[in-house]
Amino acid sequence: MELTGAEIVVKCLEAEGVEYVFGYPGGAVLFIYDELFKQDKVKHILVRHEQGATHAADGYSRSSDKVGVALVTSGPGVTNAVTGIATAYMDSIPMVIISGQVPTHAIGLDAFQECDTVGITRPCVKHNFLVKDVKDLALTIKKAFYLARTGRPGPVLVDIPKDVTSAKCPFEYPATVTMRSYNPVVKGHPGQIKKAVQLLTEAKRPMVYTGGGVILSDASKQLTKFVKMLGFPCTNTLMGLGGYPATDPQFLGMLGMHGTYEANMAMQNCDVLLAVGARFDDRVIGNPADFAQVQRKIIHIDIDPSSISKRVKVDVPIVGNVSDVLEELSRQLEAAAYKPNQKALSAWWSQIGLWKSKDCLKYDKKSKIIKPQFVLERLYEITKGDAFVTSDVGQHQMWAAQFYKFDKPRRWINSGGLGTMGFGLPAAMGVQFANPGATVACVTGEASIQMCIQELSTCKQYRLPIKIVNLNNKYMGMVRQWQQFFHGNRYSESYMDALPDFVKLAESYGHVGIKVEEPGDVEAALKEAFKRKNDLVFLDFVTDQTENVYPMVQGGKGLTEMILAEEL
Amino acid sequence: MRHIISIMLENEPGALSRVAGLFSARGYNIETLTVAPTEDESLSRMTIVTTGSDDVVEQITKQLNKLVEVVKVVDLSEAAHIERELMLIKVRAMGKEREEVKRMSDIFRGRIIDVTENTYTIELTGTGAKLDAFIQALEHSAILETVRTGASGIGRGERVLKV
Repeated sequence: MELTGAEIVVKCLEAEGVEYVFGYPGGAVLFIYDELFKQDKVKHILVRHEQGATHAADGYSRSSDKVGVALVTSGPGVTNAVTGIATAYMDSIPMVIISGQVPTHAIGLDAFQECDTVGITRPCVKHNFLVKDVKDLALTIKKAFYLARTGRPGPVLVDIPKDVTSAKCPFEYPATVTMRSYNPVVKGHPGQIKKAVQLLTEAKRPMVYTGGGVILSDASKQLTKFVKMLGFPCTNTLMGLGGYPATDPQFLGMLGMHGTYEANMAMQNCDVLLAVGARFDDRVIGNPADFAQVQRKIIHIDIDPSSISKRVKVDVPIVGNVSDVLEELSRQLEAAAYKPNQKALSAWWSQIGLWKSKDCLKYDKKSKIIKPQFVLERLYEITKGDAFVTSDVGQHQMWAAQFYKFDKPRRWINSGGLGTMGFGLPAAMGVQFANPGATVACVTGEASIQMCIQELSTCKQYRLPIKIVNLNNKYMGMVRQWQQFFHGNRYSESYMDALPDFVKLAESYGHVGIKVEEPGDVEAALKEAFKRKNDLVFLDFVTDQTENVYPMVQGGKGLTEMILAEEL
Repeated sequence: MRHIISIMLENEPGALSRVAGLFSARGYNIETLTVAPTEDESLSRMTIVTTGSDDVVEQITKQLNKLVEVVKVVDLSEAAHIERELMLIKVRAMGKEREEVKRMSDIFRGRIIDVTENTYTIELTGTGAKLDAFIQALEHSAILETVRTGASGIGRGERVLKV
């Protein structure tokens, strides 16, 4: 039987087990929307802006192990989606974006709502396709899902001209796909793994540093087991939080620009560093020249060969899927009847204890003005550390990363690589769809939340009981912090004037709004919000305007040159 | 350091722009780039001449390998290889210069492939350095037009880049 292109699109999504498509209709995708209307297996979630569609699909993927799917129309539909696609690309999130395109005969003629989608998205996708013949459609969609979820994951875009969605051809969804040009490595090289085990067993001041790769390859069990066997200290990057349980005594907290004193000091001073699914990002190791001044042996596990020796030279590269490699490492360690060098390790741990005693995350707990850190500590306690937490970008993101202790992977959802303000709320929608009934909190600020505020309407339509924790300091806080430190207190355009009344705003969308101005009211307000299981509650916390995120490693400086709270 | 990188890639629309886009996005140099289909029409062979430190060239080959349409990448300059470039050069050839240009072309084993009363068009193949030398040898003001293909490269002996 022959099917139209639009029918094929929907059948393919169904065959891939897609439950939700986040999208927004328009001229070029009308045939696809018509087919979505006729069935109920693939549910469409109508967002209010295409950026929201991509972030929601992204949040859906990050908080599950599924591929997120977004559907947008041609021209402005796609250009609006680009920020969300780039966000997913920087954090290696598996997504498939289906975009409408003007009919094939109109391509290149500056048609209405035409843009060069493949050209515009090329630098921010893992791969993209323009389907010019309906006969290629099913195989292309199969390839898109395959590429998105295998190897180093990422967003893949399929651009479909309108006439392709109305043309007919016989349909069969391919069961498998092979591509001669694409063969991601899974297993690590046994020789390299052997070398790694050797180095680890000889280490005197070891350190384990893990990133988003652990989350993406669902390797937190393997990682935890391995680190427990070794008895080594472990730190996570911003993207890696939850990969290793934060309440475990071997965990030193997040490292990097706003990482803990002990994590950064141990990272710099270790003699053997095991890097797992992390990429030595500029926000993580500071100045690479400074980092390289200390002699240490580095083992680097990553599925992407181009991540290895990109910023930092490593001694033992292991290309492979993190969970497979960790499993093999554990096996070999067991086989070698490994016994840690207790003497050296305990000296190293007592050194770390000294660094820890700096208590680098301390803040004024007696403040008469609400401290943002205090809100996050209460949030952690009231949700019993078991919420899904999304965030936007800025100070609130760093405080959430520092103060919410994630014991499980896929609970901390944030835009680490691209740093996209406006990510938090639409991502939280995707999280709630992937985890119905779960507690979802969106930690944000008054600047970030306004970038995708329109999605409050989507939340109402689908009854998403997200709890928005707005840390409202009337500043773009991180911009203000940098201006204070590095630009002579000249707060150029970082003040947020003419803010809406967020309580009324939430209410006008049909939600509940609570404004909190006193530290004494924080706990009660949070409890009240989380008691309301079926309501979206917008908590507007009026926080200290001048609070800064500490510790801080200045851009371009070495990892150990931290600005600490008491030094100011 | 100058490197000559050979790439086998799917002969599909847009594949070239993915390679070119990668170089511009990551700030890598392209000195020359040539591409054409191979005996297997589904595959194109591309040769890129680039310069960069060893670290940069290592990243270039890794990043190229990451492109989904790229089947194989090899840095030809890592071992013995041959490279050739084709140049078509149109020069003024009048009066006593006419004989001189012909002689110069013969010395460089060029071939005159078009003749008018006042001009010669010469075809010359060789390494880039040889073509440069020929241009140097000619009087600058006599050169009317130059067209160069950029280098194509192949490994020596048994070294074969095949799928």
